[in-house]
Amino acid sequence: MMTVLDKYLGGRQGTLGLLVLALLVLVVFPLVLDAFRLNMVGKYLTYAFVAVGLVLCWGYGGILSLGQGVFFGLGGYCMAMFLKLEASDPLSTKIQTTPGIPDFMDWNQITELPAMWQPFHSFGFTVAAVVGVPVVLAWVIGLALFKRRVGDVYFSIVTQAIALILTVLIVGQQGLTGGVNGITDLKTLLGWDIRTDQAKYLLYFANAGLLLGCIVLGKFILASKLGRLLLAMRDKEERVRFSGYDVSSFKVFVFCLAAAFSAIGGAMFTLQVGFMSPSFVGIVPSIEMVIFAAVGGRLSLLGAVYGTLLVNFGKTYFSESFPELWLYLMGGLFIVVVMYLPNGLAGVWAKHGPRLWAWRRARAAKAAALEVQP
Amino acid sequence: MAWLTEFGAIAAMQAFNGLSVFCVLLLMALGLAIIFGQMGVINMAHGEFLTVGAYTTYVLSGLTLHYAPSLQPYYFFLAIVVAFVIAGALGWLVEWAMISRLYHRPLDTLLATWGLSLVMQQALRSIFGAREVSAELPEWLMGSFSLTDAIDIPRNGLFTVAVTLLLTGGLFLLLFRSRWGLHVRATMQNRVMSRAVGIDTRRVDRMTFALGCGVAGVAGAVFTTIGSTGPTAGSLYIVDTFLTVVFGGAASLLGTIASAFAIAQTQSISEFFMSGSMAKVLTLSAVILILLLRPQGLFASKVRK
Amino acid sequence: MNAKAVGFEMNKPVLAVEGLTVSFDGFKAVDNLNLYLDRNEVRVVIGPNGAGKTTVLDLICGKTRATAGSIRFKDQELTRLPEYKIVRAGVGRKFQNPSIYENLSVFENLEMSYPGGRKVLGALLFKRSAAVVQRVEQVAEEIFLAQWLHTEAGLLSHGQKQWLEIGMLLMQDPELLMLDEPVAGMSVNERAQTAELLGRISQNRSVLVIEHDMEFVKSIAHKVTVLHQGKVLAEGSMEAVQSNPKVIEVYLGH
Repeated sequence: MMTVLDKYLGGRQGTLGLLVLALLVLVVFPLVLDAFRLNMVGKYLTYAFVAVGLVLCWGYGGILSLGQGVFFGLGGYCMAMFLKLEASDPLSTKIQTTPGIPDFMDWNQITELPAMWQPFHSFGFTVAAVVGVPVVLAWVIGLALFKRRVGDVYFSIVTQAIALILTVLIVGQQGLTGGVNGITDLKTLLGWDIRTDQAKYLLYFANAGLLLGCIVLGKFILASKLGRLLLAMRDKEERVRFSGYDVSSFKVFVFCLAAAFSAIGGAMFTLQVGFMSPSFVGIVPSIEMVIFAAVGGRLSLLGAVYGTLLVNFGKTYFSESFPELWLYLMGGLFIVVVMYLPNGLAGVWAKHGPRLWAWRRARAAKAAALEVQP
Repeated sequence: MAWLTEFGAIAAMQAFNGLSVFCVLLLMALGLAIIFGQMGVINMAHGEFLTVGAYTTYVLSGLTLHYAPSLQPYYFFLAIVVAFVIAGALGWLVEWAMISRLYHRPLDTLLATWGLSLVMQQALRSIFGAREVSAELPEWLMGSFSLTDAIDIPRNGLFTVAVTLLLTGGLFLLLFRSRWGLHVRATMQNRVMSRAVGIDTRRVDRMTFALGCGVAGVAGAVFTTIGSTGPTAGSLYIVDTFLTVVFGGAASLLGTIASAFAIAQTQSISEFFMSGSMAKVLTLSAVILILLLRPQGLFASKVRK
Repeated sequence: MNAKAVGFEMNKPVLAVEGLTVSFDGFKAVDNLNLYLDRNEVRVVIGPNGAGKTTVLDLICGKTRATAGSIRFKDQELTRLPEYKIVRAGVGRKFQNPSIYENLSVFENLEMSYPGGRKVLGALLFKRSAAVVQRVEQVAEEIFLAQWLHTEAGLLSHGQKQWLEIGMLLMQDPELLMLDEPVAGMSVNERAQTAELLGRISQNRSVLVIEHDMEFVKSIAHKVTVLHQGKVLAEGSMEAVQSNPKVIEVYLGH
């Protein structure tokens, strides 16, 4: 048992870190926060999926994708399409010109459900599509770019452009996608009302559980030879290639994995928040998700979660109280973290954490010694 | 025969429209072609330097109108110079404070300059407000020439084309015919060697970056003749601009011109057949597809490594 | 491997390079080159700077793509294969500057080159089995690094790094080993050891070496090829080549 922990969870410290995080999201948050705030934290945790994926593909793989919002959005839209179809049964849409199709289609003079939407009547298909569609897209992009050895910077720019294209496309195709407003008024999942407090609690736990699962999977991957290969590739790609490895296949794998994580986050977002819109797809949300990972520490899976929570708490607090200041802070965060804290909070913790630990231990020892003396 | 002349007129105006889009794209891309193409630095705040140039023009137009209305017809030339100087000086400062510390970390430069762009946007919003503003244009930039009854060529469009030509030509001369340009190119190709032969590479870096930002400032000034200016005006185009430079083959100035031309023509021709947003999707997708097939861009030389 | 080295294959070159040409924007770095390498042969390629020596290695291992010509390795055409397939076909390449993973230990460096777990799934499930450990220790012994197994590779001396990279190639047990300046930056002692090492490891494989150090070349080469301006200027034993007037002209001329 101990060896398993050692190998896959990063030793005692890694296991402890994972337990602390699990305790925080599974016990402390649900106990301390009311339903509204907990739902908000749940929303933040869906972004953490993206950040965890970025740690793997950017921190370890050296691939900075500025289009993770695309995968988050695709996952979210797939789920939203299913929920929307469920919410648009002929009975509740009977006042429309064409009952039985989503309301926004009716507003756009569409009289028949488009072929693209048909398969989303099936829940099984939807679940497969949530992960499948983004992974296939990532696979195509990755294959095309990594096989041809496009440099890291090019990759970032191309992924950013894809985020732009998808946003413009979604906004432009109102009848198909709901346009700027996105897909809203989602009500039930297989007949189960997702808007009640009880449902939100359950979804929160499902979300947190999935996130922890992704982290454990990430830890397993990093502990394997593949993890070492990723680092080796990041630093000496040529050598890895001439040791007989198909470098591009590893890059494609880790990029697809990050896309899958993001997509799961997106689907959970739709379920918890009750809508999906292009504002989670574009350039700005995509790059903001990078800063979540950077603040937490680009090499730390757990750090990514803390980074996401912290930045989003900050964003909520400041944009409520001092909206002017928030952009300065956000911008400053990018600059400071990149220039002075390249390993983020995890780096700070690794540097000063043990000292804090040692100091406390020394104090405890001193106290014990004082107790013994008299 | 009437339909033929009408068609000719539409075609001519459409062609001029394409030419204007091309010039706008090229103006934006020129500065980036220097900074990204020659130096390899990803400056995500490039669009904000453009905005700075535009606001400079706006302020100057207000000042002339208020203090020296008689000079109003000519202030625009001054505005171009001042926009260049202010954006360039700002670029100099940014290079010193940020970029120079991140030369070996291109991806980090990208993120840090993104942060810078957020800060600059908010600063502009704090100073000038969130609403879009317009510079008061001199008389000679308004209206249009009527070549025939059916063909109207807008003056501001013509002015944009002229400035683009001058600026591109000037940059070519500076980079490929001057001693300083030689230093720039030498530094970008082999930093260590350039230092060894006595080129102050740090200074070259700083001046090159400042030049690129200054050019963005000029582009911003010119943009005030065709549209209004808001705090996020520049950032809207940053991706298109980067794609233009990458598509051309980053290190080639000629490539940037060719790719700006190709993208602008595709965009304006497809706008004829579909909505603007779908035309944009089509154009960008085409660029991405071609980049997937030919990642080194249109113009790239095979180099022995 | 020894089983293959008998019979008619013995007479056939392992590597046959024919009409190989590569041009960079019109400049021909390698020009219509022919080169044949026999089984178990140690061949040294020499030539002045810019003769195209490193480019030839780049072409064989797939780092650079040929403009024309063919490279046949054991009846397999290499010019169109991706690098990792060339490696898997049995070609190992050492770079001019030691290319090792500085942050990993010597053991891990060698382990990374172990021909197992080379695909995504394989790498995920790769286990450090007894066979792997044994192979790593055996190679470490061979390259004089047995006692440094758990040292971080970045802390090794320059010469030791060169050996480590050779060791990483040996892990793959290649049939053709290509070394670009293997003794650069080595002390006299280390050079002698390297010569001995090359003698040992060339027992059951062919070796193609680029080297400038003539003493070292003399001590290892079976045959020498002189390159000049991308073409073969002379080929033969060290003595024959050294007395060739064309070679003397190139090295001392102008």
